[in-house]
Amino acid sequence: MVDLALRDAPAAVSSPPDRLRLLGRLRLIDGSFRTITFAAAVSVLVILGGVIVALIEGALPALQAFGLDFLTTSRWNPVTEKFGALAPIYGTLVTSLIAMTIAVPFGILIAMFLTELCPMWLRRPIGIAIELLAGIPSIIYGIWGLFVFAPFLQHTLQPALIDLFGPVPILSTLFAGPPYGIGVLTAGLILAIMVLPFVTSISRDVFEAVPPVLKEAAYGLGCTTWEVFRHVVIPFARVGVTGGVMLGLGRALGETMAVTFVIGNAHRISGSLLAPGTTISATIANEFTEALGDLYTSSLVALGLILFVITFVVLAIARYMLMRIERKIG
Amino acid sequence: MMLYRRRRFANSVVMTLSVVATVIGLGWLVLVLGALLWNGFGSLSVAVFTEMTPPPGSAGGLLNPIVGSLMMSGVAVAIGTPIGILAGTYMAEYGRYSMLTSVVRFINDILLSAPSIVVGLFIYEVVVRPLGHFSGIAGSLALAVLVVPVVVRTTEDMLLTVPKELREAATALGLPRSHVIANVSYRAARAGIVTGILLAVARISGETAPLLFTALNNQFFSADMTQPLASLPVVIFQFAMSPYPDWQKLAWAGALIITFAVLALSISARALSATRTNS
Repeated sequence: MVDLALRDAPAAVSSPPDRLRLLGRLRLIDGSFRTITFAAAVSVLVILGGVIVALIEGALPALQAFGLDFLTTSRWNPVTEKFGALAPIYGTLVTSLIAMTIAVPFGILIAMFLTELCPMWLRRPIGIAIELLAGIPSIIYGIWGLFVFAPFLQHTLQPALIDLFGPVPILSTLFAGPPYGIGVLTAGLILAIMVLPFVTSISRDVFEAVPPVLKEAAYGLGCTTWEVFRHVVIPFARVGVTGGVMLGLGRALGETMAVTFVIGNAHRISGSLLAPGTTISATIANEFTEALGDLYTSSLVALGLILFVITFVVLAIARYMLMRIERKIG
Repeated sequence: MMLYRRRRFANSVVMTLSVVATVIGLGWLVLVLGALLWNGFGSLSVAVFTEMTPPPGSAGGLLNPIVGSLMMSGVAVAIGTPIGILAGTYMAEYGRYSMLTSVVRFINDILLSAPSIVVGLFIYEVVVRPLGHFSGIAGSLALAVLVVPVVVRTTEDMLLTVPKELREAATALGLPRSHVIANVSYRAARAGIVTGILLAVARISGETAPLLFTALNNQFFSADMTQPLASLPVVIFQFAMSPYPDWQKLAWAGALIITFAVLALSISARALSATRTNS
């Protein structure tokens, strides 16, 4: 179409009315193309708006029926149609907390290895490997967790933890109960493996963006590698790394399949990390297609709404911080 | 001297820790892949690609979920890619400094990592519930919602790297703006845009959560997009959670197929963007 219009041009120049018509057509194409791209850009906003509206509309019956009790009770009884979201919310927060406490130190240490210590020839392969691993679908981690990791934990780590912390007063409740293999701790550990590549690759990008002059100046003063890292790289990169961590947290909170396989889907709040639990996304994935009755479905949609609000806030903070570091680097 | 030794010591402790962390972190990931290869190859056979999903206790394959996944991904890309490319075009070409662009960019980045199960709920509410039944097209729409942000992001980034002198030269020749974009900007950024599409396909090919209650599942072969449709990730989920060893083996085989597909897509995306930067 476009080439056609141009190829027509030399012939059309000969007579002024033809030329005008051609110009008019070009202007029309130009204007409509601009409008179409504008509409496409707006459609991104429409998608987000649609998600919010659809979730609120779907959640309305449950929110009207239970009010604020929905957020503060942990009963989940499909037979009597009494629903409360506390247990899934608790599970989501605890599994993500476990994941982040493991993934963040590991991710930062690996990123430090990659930017400060790693020999040059090894940097690219390791970096690429980490980025490829970030793209592996979560269901792969889920199936691995169910068949390999959970039985392994059941026979080694969990009995050891029970023996180790059994006599200790407070920690014993944290590791009480029989080792099921599946449960909150297992889900948290799987999430940690999943989030690790995200945290590592963003931290590495931010560390690499530190101006070499700053580091060289510190080395010139006689600082050790660790001191340079601690007092030059970290202060410079703090905002960016926080952004990366929040991005990973957003992933962990919303992660569905890896968790659904190994959490055990039990609607209760247990003090023990070894006990089965549930998360918001695992509850929706497990129960949605089997949910009978409008109130049950609506309660699950309300869970989705809560999850969306939480992750939206976390991701918005993450993006804001990453934007700030991008502006700083220029 | 004491101080010096203490600083050296602290340094070597942290450096050792970082090496240990790298070995553990990468080793862990190698373990996951190793178990996948071991179990996946053990269950892979020709029948996996040629036979239908079996009832529990008998042999079979994954043909119908593979076909279902390909169809749904294809339709999702066909819907999501044009929207994504056009939106990216507006952001990089027409409204580069406009308020709308920064808002869209921010929202798009959030959609990029929003939980995919929420997208499934969204499509359930706006498509499945009004129509009254699950369908392959609903699954495609859910996946399309996931394609759009990836394509928007890469298209915008790639168009922004096109030197403005190219556009100015074309404009100086009297080309209208839309022709400049189609003949100059798109051509210069083509490899990057294709990379984005490949990444989007990689992203959706393993997605399970948004399909659970949009496309649902189908035990039989079906190419009808208006009916429930089997997909590889959902079948893996169903089979892995089942107590039947035959089904669990097929789940491993399916997991291996998906991983290979995703890795192949991301590696070719990478190779493509590498050739672009070299030339």
